[in-house]
Amino acid sequence: MDLSIGLILIQDGVTNAAIYALLALALVLVFTVTRVIFVPVGEFVSFGALTLAAFEAGKVPGTVSLLVVLGIAGAIGRLWTERANLSARMLGGIALETVVVPALIAALVTWLAPHKPPQIVQVLLALLVVAPMGVYLYESVFRPIAEASVLVLLIVAVALHLALVGLALIFFGAEGSRTTALSEASFTLGQLFITGQSLAVLGVTLVLILALYVFFDRTLIGKALRATAVNRVGARLVGISPAFSGRIAFALAGIIGALGGILVSPLTTIYYDTGFIIGLKGFVAAIIGGLVSYPLAAGAAILVGVIESFASFWASELKEVIVFMIIVPILLVRSYGTQVLEDEE
Amino acid sequence: MSVPLLSVERLCVAYGRVEAVRDVSLAVPQGSIVAILGPNGAGKTSLLGAIMGVLRSRGRAAFDGQPLEGRRVEQRVADGMSLVPEKRELFVTMSVEDNLRLGGFRRRGSAEFGRTLEEMWRLFPRLQERRAQLAGTLSGGERQMLAMARALMSRPRLLMLDEPSLGLAPLIVKDIFRTVAELRRTGVSILLVEQNARAALELADYGYVLENGCVVLEGPASELRQDERVIAAYLGIKAVAS
Repeated sequence: MDLSIGLILIQDGVTNAAIYALLALALVLVFTVTRVIFVPVGEFVSFGALTLAAFEAGKVPGTVSLLVVLGIAGAIGRLWTERANLSARMLGGIALETVVVPALIAALVTWLAPHKPPQIVQVLLALLVVAPMGVYLYESVFRPIAEASVLVLLIVAVALHLALVGLALIFFGAEGSRTTALSEASFTLGQLFITGQSLAVLGVTLVLILALYVFFDRTLIGKALRATAVNRVGARLVGISPAFSGRIAFALAGIIGALGGILVSPLTTIYYDTGFIIGLKGFVAAIIGGLVSYPLAAGAAILVGVIESFASFWASELKEVIVFMIIVPILLVRSYGTQVLEDEE
Repeated sequence: MSVPLLSVERLCVAYGRVEAVRDVSLAVPQGSIVAILGPNGAGKTSLLGAIMGVLRSRGRAAFDGQPLEGRRVEQRVADGMSLVPEKRELFVTMSVEDNLRLGGFRRRGSAEFGRTLEEMWRLFPRLQERRAQLAGTLSGGERQMLAMARALMSRPRLLMLDEPSLGLAPLIVKDIFRTVAELRRTGVSILLVEQNARAALELADYGYVLENGCVVLEGPASELRQDERVIAAYLGIKAVAS
C-alpha cells in the first residue's frame, strides 16, 4: 500500500463517516430526549435512498402509501394519549397533521413522479415522503409507552425495525438500487482524486451539524430539548412536556435519516435492508460517545468510517467484523473511566 | 369566604401497597402562606408531588376552582402552579441564565418574559453575578435560589416550596425565608413544606402537621406555635424559653 491508496481510503472513509456521524447524532438526540434507542433510523436511510431511486425511475414509491398509513396510525396514537384533553381545536390540528398533510404529499408525489422532475425536486420529494414518518412513528408507537423502561422501549424499537424492513421488501423488492450522483464533477488535488459527490456529502453534513449546533445552543426550543435530556422531571416542572421534546427529536431523526439515505445512495448500492447496517455503524459511533455526547459521537463516526475503509482494503470479508469489534475495547475503556455527573450535592 | 386558590380533598398517594399520603385535605387561600410540617417520611414531598401532578394520586384537588383531575404537569404550570422540588431538579449542564429562561418556557416570546428575568436578577443578585456559570457548579444555597427563581419565571400564582432550607447554612436559610416573605407581598400564594418548623411557623398564616401520611393537627400558625404537641415534637425546649 502506498500513500495514494491510503489517501483514497481516507477520503472514502471520511465520506462514509459523514453519514455515520449524521445517524449517530440522530441516535444520541432521540435517546437523550426520549430514552428510545432508535434502531429503525436505518430504515429511514433505506427508505430515503430507495424512494429517491423510484423517483429516478419515474415510479411512485410504495413509501407513499406507508406515509398515509403511518399518518393515520399517528392520529390514533394521539387521540389515545390526548383522550382526556381533546378539544375541537386540537382535533383539527391532529387531522391536519396526520391526515391532510400525508394526503397532500401523496397527491403531489403521485402527480409529479411520472413526469420525472429535476433531481433537486426528486430529492425534496423523497424527503417529504420519508421524513414525516419520524413524528408519526413517535405518536403511534413510542408516545403511548413513553414511561416504559429503556429495555421495553428498545424491544419495541427492534420490533419496529423488523416490521419496517419487511415493508421495505414489499415496497422495493429484493433488488438494490443506486441513484445518480448529486454532482458528477470531479477534480484532482495533488495525489487525491476528489469527487463532487463526496464533497456534497461532507458539505451537507457540515451544514446540518452547524444547524443543529445553532438550534441547541441559541434557541430556547433547542435548549428545551437539552433540558429534557438533562433532567426530565425538571423540564416537566417548567412546563416543557416530554411529548413536545419527543416530537421534535423524532422529527429531526426522520429528516436526518432520510437525508443520510439520499446522500449515501450514489455511493453504494442500497437494498431494502442495507439501512440497518449503516444505522448500526452510526450506533457504534453513538455508543463510543456514551449515547450522550454529540461531539464524541461525531468524532467516533470518523474513526468508524476510516477503520471500515482500511479494513475493506486489507480484509474485505472481515470488514464488518472489524468495525463492530472496535466497540469492545472502547466499552472496556469507558467502563473504567466512567464519571457520574452529580445531579445534586 | 372566597374560593381558596388551592383546595385538596381526601388526597391519597400510594407507592404500590404502601400508602404515603392518606386522606389529606387542605386549602391555600389567595395570597397566604401555608406551611406543612412533619417528620421525615411523613409524606410531605409525596403530597406536593401529587398536587403538582408529578405523582399519581386519588382524591380531589382544584386550583382556582377548576378541578385538577387529568391535568398534566405542564398544563398545571400553564395554569399558574409551580413547584420547587426538594431535589431542585436543575439543568446542571446548562448556564444559570438558560435555567431561568427555560423556567419561563411557557411564556417565551411574551413582553413580560424579559421583565420577569430582570425581576429575578433583582431578587437574587447572586444569580446575576453567576449568570454564565453552569448550574452544576453552584453552591447549595445558590442552587436553591436558582430553583426558586426558575419556578418564579413562569409567574405562578401558587408557589410550592419543598424543604427550601434543607442542607443550607443558617444565614442562607434566613435569606431564603426573607425572599419568601417578599414574594407574598407581590401576591404569590405559597405552600411551604419545611422541617425547620420555627422558621416556617413564623412566616406562615396557617399550618398543617403531617404524620404517617395523615393530617394530625392544623390551625393558624400563631396557635400552632403555642401548641404543646408542636412545641414538644418540632420546636424543642428553646421555643418555650424564647
